[in-house]
This record gives sequence, structure tokens and C-alpha cells, in this order.
Amino acid sequence: MPRWIAHLLVAMVFAAAVAVAFSRVDYDWNWPAVWGYRRKFLQGWLVTVAVSLSALVVSGLVGSVAALMLRSGNSLVEAAARVYVELIRGTPLLVQLLIGFYVVATAVGLENRYVAGVLLLSLFSGAYMAEIFRGGLDAIPRAQIDSGRAIGLTPWQSLRLVVLPQAVRLVLPAVAGQLVSLVKDSSLLSVIAISELTLNAQEVNAFTYSTLESYLPLAAGYLMLTLPLSALARWLEHRFRYEIA
Amino acid sequence: MNLVVTDLVQRFPAPAGGGRTAGSVTVLDRLSLATGEIGTLVLVGPSGGGKSTLLRILAGLDMPAAGDVAFDGEPLPRDEEGLRCYRRTVGTVFQAYNLFPHLTAMENLLLPLVHVHGLTEAGARARVQAPLERFRLAEHAHKRPAELSGGQKQRIAILRALVVQPRRLFLDEPTSALDPEMRAEVLEMIAELRAEGRQFVLVTHEMAFARRVADEIAFVADGRVTCGGSTEAFFGRPADPRVRAFLATTLVP
Repeated sequence: MPRWIAHLLVAMVFAAAVAVAFSRVDYDWNWPAVWGYRRKFLQGWLVTVAVSLSALVVSGLVGSVAALMLRSGNSLVEAAARVYVELIRGTPLLVQLLIGFYVVATAVGLENRYVAGVLLLSLFSGAYMAEIFRGGLDAIPRAQIDSGRAIGLTPWQSLRLVVLPQAVRLVLPAVAGQLVSLVKDSSLLSVIAISELTLNAQEVNAFTYSTLESYLPLAAGYLMLTLPLSALARWLEHRFRYEIA
Repeated sequence: MNLVVTDLVQRFPAPAGGGRTAGSVTVLDRLSLATGEIGTLVLVGPSGGGKSTLLRILAGLDMPAAGDVAFDGEPLPRDEEGLRCYRRTVGTVFQAYNLFPHLTAMENLLLPLVHVHGLTEAGARARVQAPLERFRLAEHAHKRPAELSGGQKQRIAILRALVVQPRRLFLDEPTSALDPEMRAEVLEMIAELRAEGRQFVLVTHEMAFARRVADEIAFVADGRVTCGGSTEAFFGRPADPRVRAFLATTLVP
């Protein structure tokens, strides 16, 4: 059976199950009320796209730097990176956003909530990226580094030509999962009043009292971002695929 | 080449379980060695005796804790920067996993030429073509290491070390990880290169091969060279009883 038919079949069965569940709920659908706010959804979605893509790039940078710090060999640098990773991963994003924006960003005079939001989200996701990258770098066998040194590569060339190309392949699936999480985590930026998709859906709900009609498009809006991201990751994985010797 | 090693000491942290270390173990213990003017030096001896540790220092991969090494009267550099320059003038092949698995055999050969020795891609291709054909590897050049046999992988690794025109090659048990039938093709290649005047320092357990290619042999045990000298003397009438015992177990008559 071709894969797309299998996907379609599973999607249909799933949709049928959901339809049955919804049919049992006594609920007055009012789609026209929500349809009137379609421009608001679109604006929110565009903000979510912009914020997610920015945080995706910045968190990659943050994660790379933190991963290199984690294996720098300098105990002070390693400790700093370790504290960062554990603090971020051990506390709720909600708390980080509230303290980061209302306390830290205010203290340093950073007033643009969009810039602050992207930075805070990137710091959050970067901690997970750092551990993914570190694991990928550590998985490259010692013999590969030795071979690079034996032919006279500098440490930087060894990283660029030998270690990174092999590590990228190893970390791709985990990075893809983290990026999908990042897109959904951006929904929490509503707590610092960033007018992204979730905040707009909440507002539409407040205006229309049509909860499901507001939140179902919200879910669809995130899927429109996360599904292409997953597809891109699978394509990249395929491209970087090769057998290990 | 002429190699003089004086009072070489190398220590490694001793594992104490749980990832901790307790002091250090001395792997090379004031090792000294002086060869004549030779083409091939073979290091033999029991496992854990220090052969590979010595080879890594000679190849410029590790820095010794103490002592001196000089090839042709030229001492090895004592800093990483200097050692990297030194490594660019020699070639090293390990027991296994020499090739980069994400690159084809051809790309493995081109990488040092282009990125370390400054050749253009076209210039590098031109340089590797003849050696690839000579060792019947041209038809495999487009393959990734995983698609090559163990013998082909090692021969590509030797070629990669060779095409940069090194002063000498260091080989650390290049056939130990191979099946017997693949050992022969790698050993044959080394013998052929030696016959045309290439210089080698070689660690091996293949005593018959050592006897065939070595000008001098050094027996490394307990971190020292306990017996060294010409190949005939080593196999003919070894003075050291440990060498006699070693030869008795490794040389199948």
C-alpha cells in the first residue's frame, strides 16, 4: 500500500472517532461569530510564525554555544553552561517568561516585548538544544578525531569537516522534535501579552463565548507550522543518511 | 631515516572506577632507542607493553611527559602548534576507523590535500588518480567506507596518508582488525611501498611480515626497549630470554 493511502486511511479513522466524540457533546456551534474574526486569527498566526522562526534560529545559536561550553574542558565554563541548562530545564517556561520579562528585561531596560519574548523562548529551547548537540558531538568516536589530527587538521577544521557533518546526522531527529516543541511553546508568550495566535484565539473566545470554534482553528494553526517542519526534518534525515562503517 | 629516542616517559591517568582517576600509570618508563640509517623500523612486543604509545609520540599525536625524540637529528616539537606542522609532513594509519564515514573514498583522499596542503580540487584529483589505479582502487573511489571491505578501507587509508608525500609513514597494527584474506592485500601494499624506498615505522603482530620488511626491530615491553637491533640478529639469536619466549609463542614454524 502506498504510504499516502496509509496516512489518509489512518487520518479518516481518527477523524471519524473525533466526530463521534463531538456528536455526543451537547454543544451549540456558532462558527459565523468566529468567522468574523478571521483576520485576527491570521494576524496572530503571522506573529507566531515570525516569533517561532526567530526563536528557532536564535535557539540554535544559543544551543551551539552552550554545547561547546559544556565540552570546553574548562571547569568554570562547563559549570556555567551546566547551571544554565539545569536551571532552564528544571523550571516551568511560564515562570521563566514572567520573571524574565517583568523583572530581568525591565531591569536591563529591554522594553520591546517581542524581542524579549524571542530571547526568553530561545534561552529556554537553547538549553534543550545544547544537550542534544552535546550528545551528538560526544557520540563521534575518538578515532575520528585522531584521524583528523593525523592528517594535520586544526581543531576548528576537525570540528567543521569531520565532527559536525557526522553529528548533524545523529541529532537531526531530536532537533526536529525540539523545534516542533518550540513552535508550540511559543503559545505561552501570551502571558507577556505578545499578540500571537494563542492570545488572539483567547480573545476571540472572550468576545464570542465560542470556545471550541476558537480553539480548533488554534490547533490547526500550529499544525500548519509543525507538520511542514517534521516533513523537512524527515527529508533532511534522508539526505544525510549513510551507513556507518 | 635515523631515529634516536632518549629517556622517553609517558604516563596516563589510572582509572579508579566510577569515572574517577587515582594517580597515574607509567606506560613508557625512560625508554631509549637508537637506530642506524634505516628504511623500516618495526616495533613488536606483548600487548600493553607500550608499542602503540611510543608510535603515537613518534607520529606527533601525543606529547611525552619527558624525554626526547629526534628523526635524522631533528628533535620533535614540544608544542601542539609545532606538532601539527610536523604531522603534516608524515602519515599515520591506525588499526581501524581511519576513514571519515560521511565521505566517499575519493573525498577522504582529497580532504587533506585540499584543506591541509592547499591544492585545488582539480589538482588534488589529478594527484590521487594514478595511485588509485596502481592499487586497483579507482573503481571503488565513489563508495562510502561502509561499502568497502576492511582491506579496501585500510588501503585507502594508507593512500590518504601517502598522497600528501610524507617523509615517512607510521602504521599502528594496520592489519589487526582484518580477516586473514584481507591482511595479505594490505601487507602486500606495504611491502611494495617499502621496496620502492618509502620509510616506515610499523607496529605489528605479524612476525613473519616483520621479518620480511624490517631493517631493524625494537622489542618493547614494560615501557622499555628491552632488545633492539638488526632483523637478522633479532630473529637469529636473541639475547633476551623474554624475546625468545615471545618469538616461541608468535612464530609458527
